[in-house]
Amino acid sequence: MSTTTLPPAEKTTPVSAPDGKASDRTRSERRLGWLLAGPALVVMLLVTAYPIAQAFYDSLFDFRLTDPDNRSFTGFSNYFVILTDWLWWRAILVTLFITAVTVAVELVLGFALALVMAKALSSIRPVLRAAILIPYAVITVVSAFAWQFAFDIQTGFINSWFGWIPGIGADTDWFGGTWSSLFVICLAEIWKTTPFISLLLLAGLAQVPEVLQEAAKVDGATWWQRMRKVTLPNMKAAIMVALLFRTLDAFRVFDSIFIMTGGANATESVSFLAYRQTISRLEIGLGSAVSVLLFLAVVLIAFSFIKGFKVDLSQTRGDS
Amino acid sequence: MRRGLGGAAAAVVLTSALAACGSDGGGTPTLTWYTNPDSGGQAEIAARCTEAAGGRYTIETAVLPREASQQREQLIRRLAANDSSIDIMSLDPPFIPEFAEAGFLAPVPEDVAERVTEDVVDSAIEGSTWDDELVAVPFWANTQLLWYRESVAEAAGLDMSEPVTWDEVVAAAQEQGVQVGVQGIRAEALTVWFNALIESAGGSIIQENSTDPSAIELGLTSEAGVRATEVMQMIATSGTAGPALSTANEDSTATAFEGPDGGFNVNYPFIYPRALAAVEDGTMDASVPEDYGWAIYPRVDEDTPAAPPYGGINLGVGAFSDNVDLAYEATECITSTENQAYYFVSNGNPASDTAVYDDPEVLEQFPMAPTIRDSLELAAPRPQTPYYSEVSGGIQRVYHPPSSVNPERTPEEATELINAVLRKEELL
Repeated sequence: MSTTTLPPAEKTTPVSAPDGKASDRTRSERRLGWLLAGPALVVMLLVTAYPIAQAFYDSLFDFRLTDPDNRSFTGFSNYFVILTDWLWWRAILVTLFITAVTVAVELVLGFALALVMAKALSSIRPVLRAAILIPYAVITVVSAFAWQFAFDIQTGFINSWFGWIPGIGADTDWFGGTWSSLFVICLAEIWKTTPFISLLLLAGLAQVPEVLQEAAKVDGATWWQRMRKVTLPNMKAAIMVALLFRTLDAFRVFDSIFIMTGGANATESVSFLAYRQTISRLEIGLGSAVSVLLFLAVVLIAFSFIKGFKVDLSQTRGDS
Repeated sequence: MRRGLGGAAAAVVLTSALAACGSDGGGTPTLTWYTNPDSGGQAEIAARCTEAAGGRYTIETAVLPREASQQREQLIRRLAANDSSIDIMSLDPPFIPEFAEAGFLAPVPEDVAERVTEDVVDSAIEGSTWDDELVAVPFWANTQLLWYRESVAEAAGLDMSEPVTWDEVVAAAQEQGVQVGVQGIRAEALTVWFNALIESAGGSIIQENSTDPSAIELGLTSEAGVRATEVMQMIATSGTAGPALSTANEDSTATAFEGPDGGFNVNYPFIYPRALAAVEDGTMDASVPEDYGWAIYPRVDEDTPAAPPYGGINLGVGAFSDNVDLAYEATECITSTENQAYYFVSNGNPASDTAVYDDPEVLEQFPMAPTIRDSLELAAPRPQTPYYSEVSGGIQRVYHPPSSVNPERTPEEATELINAVLRKEELL
């Protein structure tokens, strides 16, 4: 059985498109377009492009916040320091590990929740949706504290509740080792953001045309076959958006690590490294360089997702 | 465009600020005091001083984050932007040189300096001094004591009226099957502990050139540095430091000390009022604090006196404040003997003013007050340098977890790391 999806809408060229020079009307429309979109563009440049450009500029200097008089231009030496330091590569590995684990688990879990929400009776659907969304409404720092307290060796309840599992006892110090710390950090992240991914997937599920499902059913396709050949291919764009958003989000992980381990036991992420150089050490140049590298990593992830999934995002929005 | 937007925003702020002034009517200058979180003592002192000022100024408090390092971060970010709203700030002593060197502190007038150092313990004056000049006003001076359960010490045959060593404390704890509470978390508390160990062994984290990052000479690999590392390793691997040593802070070790395994704990005096409050709340048996004993911090070597940690808070006046003179006047009120005594009694934070230790109310509530004063006389501050956070951060990275330290390589590793970080060749 082949994959069943709806054909993409055909693009049609307007028959009345004028050749050559644009007419007065077209030009005035274009001007109006710029006038309408202009303010949004300016705001975008101010809030995103300007800080990035400023960070890049700052990254070329040796600049300590408490010693502004000794600021000096050092070119790309900050980048050299970072890229030759094992601490940076370790932070990259830790960040990639957290990203991969949380996103993979969230995708499976989120999809299961989306299916439950899609199938739930319409009367309980709003309640169910609200209930599932609660963790996402909790502020990340608050959720990080909640998980930290739960796993704390003195005040936590995890050790006494799960003491029957081999390896867990009253003396298990979850935040005393790298892997156990990462486990709790990942768990907190998964609990917190699975609702987000499940809502995006629910929207994707709703986009799958019922007519295709019914046709597959008539053809005698099993549930699993319909899932693989009809449902999933038709929600490719939604899955990509969900994965992309969560991957970018996970790659910037900071709050949970800050609260739970403070970067101890080799649990520092790239964002944490940027924080330590910029905020703790006040080395604006070095910290900006870490931030610029973090930004480039995020761009790389976004780009590879869009290329890898071969999804035209403009079509999914109906802008044909 | 940005200037236009900024102008508009400034106009809005200015208008609302003027409106606020208008409603105030009196034109009394308001001094903002950035305080570290406490049990409300600083807010109460602010109210008392506002009343005592008789309308010449009003003190308002703004609370900073809980961790000392985060307090520093927030204040520096504001001061680097010339924030004039910072009139008075509660500063942790090791960060004072950095603030002074950056020009964030308004100079202390000579007459004020004379008055605020009268009868003040040496460690607090030292902690407020940078480059041979008083740059902050000593407020309260904290120090760690060796807290112990009298029943445990007695059973172990430890004579607590005489100075004790870490070896003796650990041996007694092992014999009695109890814990020795130390702060092994990767945070400022770990540096505090290590600094006390190295100072008690007769050395210092920074030996020379504390102002020049490329020439700072560290004492970690010195004989005292190695000895301090040995003691840390001995405690961490003795099995008496508890299963959560690598995450243990002041609060968690105090909690452990209150429990059935509590034996010894190096900690600040707050643990005493904390236990009394728990008894009052009915969450702790009255026999627990009755069993509390206190002594001077343990020695590293029998023949060398201990150098307990020195902490506390000193007051800085913001260099960009519009009311520097009034702010200094307010600091004198805040640090008056009466207010320091009030703060000690109500919040458990010991005074830097020695006169407070003769106050009958203080002696009644804090029977260990004389020990605290003796400890403050012995106390050693953490290294004073504008680059303290790099030095402390480096120590925290290499000496954590304490169970992993090795006298043969850890001091060298830490020296290499801190030097490279100060030369801006490595990340921290």
